[in-house]
Amino acid sequence: MKGTCWMGRNNVEVREVPDPRPLNSRDAIVRITRTAICGSDLHLYNGFIPTMKKGDVLGHEFMGEVVETGSDVSNLKPGDRVVVPFPIACGACDSCQHGLFSVCENSNPNAGMAEKLLGHAPAGIFGYSHMLGGFPGGQAEYARVPFADVGPIKIEDDLPDEKVLFLSDIFPTGWMGAEMCDITPGDVIAVWGAGPVGQFAIASAFLMGAERVIAIDRFPYRLRKAESTGAETLDYRDVDVLDALRDMTGGRGPDACIDAVGVEAHHPAPMMYGYDRAKQLVRAETDRPFALREAIMACRNGGVVSVIGVYGGLVDKFPMGSLMNRSITLRGAQCHVQRYLRPLLDRIRAGDIDPSFVISHRMRLADAPEGYDIFKNKQDDCLKVVLTP
Amino acid sequence: MEEETRGDVMNDHRLRTLARGLGWASLGLGAVQLGAPNTVRRVGGVDDSTVARVMVPLVGARELLHTAALLGSRLPERWVWTRVAGDAVDLTALGCAVSRRRGARRRRAMAATAAVAAITALDVYIAARGDRRLWRRGLALHAAITVKRPRGEVYGFWRDLENLPRFMIHLESVRVIDQRRSHWTVRGPVGRAIEWDAAIVDDRPEELITWRSTDGALHNTGTVRFVDAPGGRGTEVHVELRCEPPGGVVGAAFARLIGEHPDQQVRDDLRRFKQVMETGEVVRSEGSPEGVHAIRQLRQRPAQPMMSGRRS
Repeated sequence: MKGTCWMGRNNVEVREVPDPRPLNSRDAIVRITRTAICGSDLHLYNGFIPTMKKGDVLGHEFMGEVVETGSDVSNLKPGDRVVVPFPIACGACDSCQHGLFSVCENSNPNAGMAEKLLGHAPAGIFGYSHMLGGFPGGQAEYARVPFADVGPIKIEDDLPDEKVLFLSDIFPTGWMGAEMCDITPGDVIAVWGAGPVGQFAIASAFLMGAERVIAIDRFPYRLRKAESTGAETLDYRDVDVLDALRDMTGGRGPDACIDAVGVEAHHPAPMMYGYDRAKQLVRAETDRPFALREAIMACRNGGVVSVIGVYGGLVDKFPMGSLMNRSITLRGAQCHVQRYLRPLLDRIRAGDIDPSFVISHRMRLADAPEGYDIFKNKQDDCLKVVLTP
Repeated sequence: MEEETRGDVMNDHRLRTLARGLGWASLGLGAVQLGAPNTVRRVGGVDDSTVARVMVPLVGARELLHTAALLGSRLPERWVWTRVAGDAVDLTALGCAVSRRRGARRRRAMAATAAVAAITALDVYIAARGDRRLWRRGLALHAAITVKRPRGEVYGFWRDLENLPRFMIHLESVRVIDQRRSHWTVRGPVGRAIEWDAAIVDDRPEELITWRSTDGALHNTGTVRFVDAPGGRGTEVHVELRCEPPGGVVGAAFARLIGEHPDQQVRDDLRRFKQVMETGEVVRSEGSPEGVHAIRQLRQRPAQPMMSGRRS
């Protein structure tokens, strides 16, 4: 089959690789009908996530048709249409039973690697480094889905692929980012990063009853998209974000801040950007936390900072004094997607939201390298690339 | 027994303080050799040598490496041998210097040699004590994991020793001979089969199993304890092992070198045990097709499907 392989920094190739076959009795093999490139795939593409290996098949947002099931999968049968959540979760361990699927205790065979960097190991993730399991991803024609009796959600009506594909990651991720803010009526929410996850965080915050949402980015087309869903916007190249947020909130600061940016944030001042970029180059820190620092500093006293942008390791100059003295709550997680599949599918079916609004480019799987390139370089107003095998 | 343990800990702290002291000494020496090489050459009686002009700052730089190792490590006693190796180089160089000189220079070189010899003696003493300590406890392994299953079930699965190869990846087989005795076969670090007999010496249902090898190639004893995890989270499994690997100390060092770190092995075994108990089987990925495995973590397959040919 064809699979999108990581071949090194800034290099992906669609190559011929073996077809997947079951390795465990709870596996299913899925023929992929739609898949997408995630902003977090760019962290792999740009070489910021450790333990990638040449030839790894990428992709953790995918859906398709079941073609084969292992002997212990009784809820799915060939022909079923499924969306597959990006974290792999067993459903039986204590974490899964408490709904913490992205920290499943059994699904990462390389837990020992992750423990060295992270202290304890999170769940395995499709196509997202060996530290997170060494599982091939879904930017391919077929994928093996472990614990198929737990993760995938069956789509039984005629909702088109493009409306349900993002249940695999970015819609639940944005939703959970907003959920972690404990939104109550009247709240003002600020969202750093108006990429696809940021867009879903904005939409979710409104659905949860936020009074106002403020989106912060540097690409006008992304800010326009956020405006179209009702957000106010700040272009951080033009304004001092802390100042502007104080002005917009009567001096209080936003009630909650969502970091939908992660390790590869930017800063308008070359000196400030250069400082962290240089430290990253000499491996003195792994992540550039500009958005996170600013979110903490901006948040109102007693507010919440919710982190859904991906971080890989260590950050520097973390404003701990601001967090501690101002009673700020910091929360973060890889999304526990399995928890949100059913309720968010119901929202889509009810017409509360049509997730396909973020799609800007539709391409063939064979064009994945071009997709990565335009998404990385924000060419052609690229917001979200969907691939069809 | 307890008294002895406390004494050991005290000695560990003292040993570590001594080893760190050597690290600070290296820092002082290195700084002087780099900062005032001419004074060092004069004191050492080698101010007439062009070789020493290059050598003294190099030795100073090497001293700073010792400092980094000794002050950067949580277990500095393991790094003292690097100083001993350095001492050997220094003594050789000084020996050459002494044999080629006469008069005052020769006397100064001999004094320097004596000083380095004294330092060497101290280094060897601390390094050797560190080693003894390391080997005395080096192969006592321990690990723990929490399994979300009732204590009786977890104990029962483990007590049926023939289940062990399902999650202990190095075990080829365990054959139960009778209630107490069993025969074990493992695949060793270089693929050689190792066999031994073991006997259960203490067995308290749902609580503890202790075993001991009675005959064969690998002397080992071990205890596994089963404790209720707080908050209804299942059962805590605590394993303690003591073993003398084939090849003794050298064998163990070799095994470490090729990635078979014994502590890691025990932890991996417990992870697989948890997977088998909670999900029914060992979880595999294309990067780690055998499931959790220390060696595989060093040498991953690419995350790519494994066999060619179309699916049926």
